[in-house]
Amino acid sequence: MSEKGYIRNDEEAILRFKNLYKKYGYKQYKMSKFEEYDLYAENKNFLLNSNIITFTDLNGKLMALKPDVTLSIAKNVKDSAGTQKVYYSENVYRARKGGNEFKEIMQTGLECMGDIDLYSVGEVLMLAAKSLEEISENYILDISHIGFVEELFKDIPENKREVLLSYVSAKNSTGIRKICSEFGLGVSLTEKAVKLASLYGPFDEVIGELKKLSINNRTDEVIDELEGIYNMLRVWGCDKNINIDFSIINDMSYYNGVVFKGYVSGIPSNILSGGRYDKLLHKLGKKSGAIGFALYLDMLEWLSGEDEELDADVLIVNDSKANAAAVAKAAMDFISGGESVSVLGAVPPNGKYGRIVKITERGLENVEAVD
Amino acid sequence: MKQWINVALPKGRLGENVYKIFDEAGYSCPSILETNRKLIFENEENKIRYFWVKPSDVAIYVERGAADIGVAGKDILLEYEPDVFELADLNMGKCRMCVAGHKGFRDNTARTLRVATKFQNIAKRYYAEKSRQIDIIKLNGSIELAPILKMSDVIVDIVETGTTLRENNLEVLEEILPISARLVSNKVSYKFKNNEIMNICDRINEICSVKDDK
Repeated sequence: MSEKGYIRNDEEAILRFKNLYKKYGYKQYKMSKFEEYDLYAENKNFLLNSNIITFTDLNGKLMALKPDVTLSIAKNVKDSAGTQKVYYSENVYRARKGGNEFKEIMQTGLECMGDIDLYSVGEVLMLAAKSLEEISENYILDISHIGFVEELFKDIPENKREVLLSYVSAKNSTGIRKICSEFGLGVSLTEKAVKLASLYGPFDEVIGELKKLSINNRTDEVIDELEGIYNMLRVWGCDKNINIDFSIINDMSYYNGVVFKGYVSGIPSNILSGGRYDKLLHKLGKKSGAIGFALYLDMLEWLSGEDEELDADVLIVNDSKANAAAVAKAAMDFISGGESVSVLGAVPPNGKYGRIVKITERGLENVEAVD
Repeated sequence: MKQWINVALPKGRLGENVYKIFDEAGYSCPSILETNRKLIFENEENKIRYFWVKPSDVAIYVERGAADIGVAGKDILLEYEPDVFELADLNMGKCRMCVAGHKGFRDNTARTLRVATKFQNIAKRYYAEKSRQIDIIKLNGSIELAPILKMSDVIVDIVETGTTLRENNLEVLEEILPISARLVSNKVSYKFKNNEIMNICDRINEICSVKDDK
């Protein structure tokens, strides 16, 4: 970890992530705050939440305040342009799950679009891990792969698959067994599905178990891909907190390959979410593939915690008797000495300061804090 | 001919005290004092019918006309803003709607304030007025637990004596507004049964204002 310490607020986070992504050749992508509503109406399931703030623009067109950034980037990607690597820091507007009002959420993320090879996938996951590491050493990056689940459940009719997947994402074995038997999915396949849903642990400990659940060439390929990614992460030295968790299910009509979620101890839900979403690009009429992730920076508020820090190192009580120039001089002296100064007319209730001083004819004088 | 009046009373101590006032006002219904599982109590002679409902539901019964009148706390009226007439202040069940938190709590204005409460709308309005961004955590009971477990920074709740707060090392930080029980009426009943409702209202006003003087 750098000597700068961990990220504690969103402003700091934006700068730090920017530097990180730039190092690996990602370019900033700045976009407008609005987008035509149709884009979201057509891709409702891609959004975490279907509540969108809409308004009509001056031409009478229905517009939306961005609830999501990825769609806007994906829409503008050019198949002919080769691989494009971009990052962004944008405000998005949506209601949080369970919340009953719109929130402005600062979101930072990156997208890699074009020909996605194993290296690109590994690089994105490495950047996800490194982003989490900037926030805390106590992080976990959970990885799953849509391809495996898709293969396992390909005999389940599409309309039932959604329910089944929701059971997988809830690790609900009873529910999985019930639906599998309903559609005559053999006992061995059903038990594999149950095991897959409950599989959880560090990558190198669990990968052996996962291999036992493989059913065909296609699932073998998935395991190879996961191992390939893990080997790369090892090279980059961020293989420590990588877990396998197949209960991460993103919508299969948009996502296809690796999907992942990042957690930091102290934040009660995932702060990072990402995956491979070639299918979204295909829906938008592109041939390219894509992978990316987003970090929800509003979650960082959970870490600001105890608020023990001082309001300022020094409080100068500036009662009217003091000479303004003398106060300015004193403030400047403290600041050049590396201390922060707050000049106020009186000691505020509930204020916390290293020390409190006052300027009198005799010069600076310490004031006893009244408690 | 005298018309029947349906009265929704809030279950619990407040409701029992409210009944005493109705009793004193001449609308007694002795069967209500019997301990049994009946839900509705009538007095043929006074043409009055009482029923006990959950305090937070009184306004709903009255708004929908199942009850012509009822007694509800100002907190409930502010939270749900039911479409009813608020006819009298009973000066009972007095308490305060407060913001409470840990002793010596310092609001860090650099981040969103997390507020646990039963009264989402009241909390939202209060902080919207201050233009403070908050994150509401809706709970249904044991609100005081939220700041203790650090799930929220503060709570917005009704405080009567403050004992629960004190025993849990919490204190009132800001007072939002005083609360007391109000007599409310359905807007249509008010027109069709105006005489009866106004009689009740006048009698109750008399009794409550006398009580207030003591």
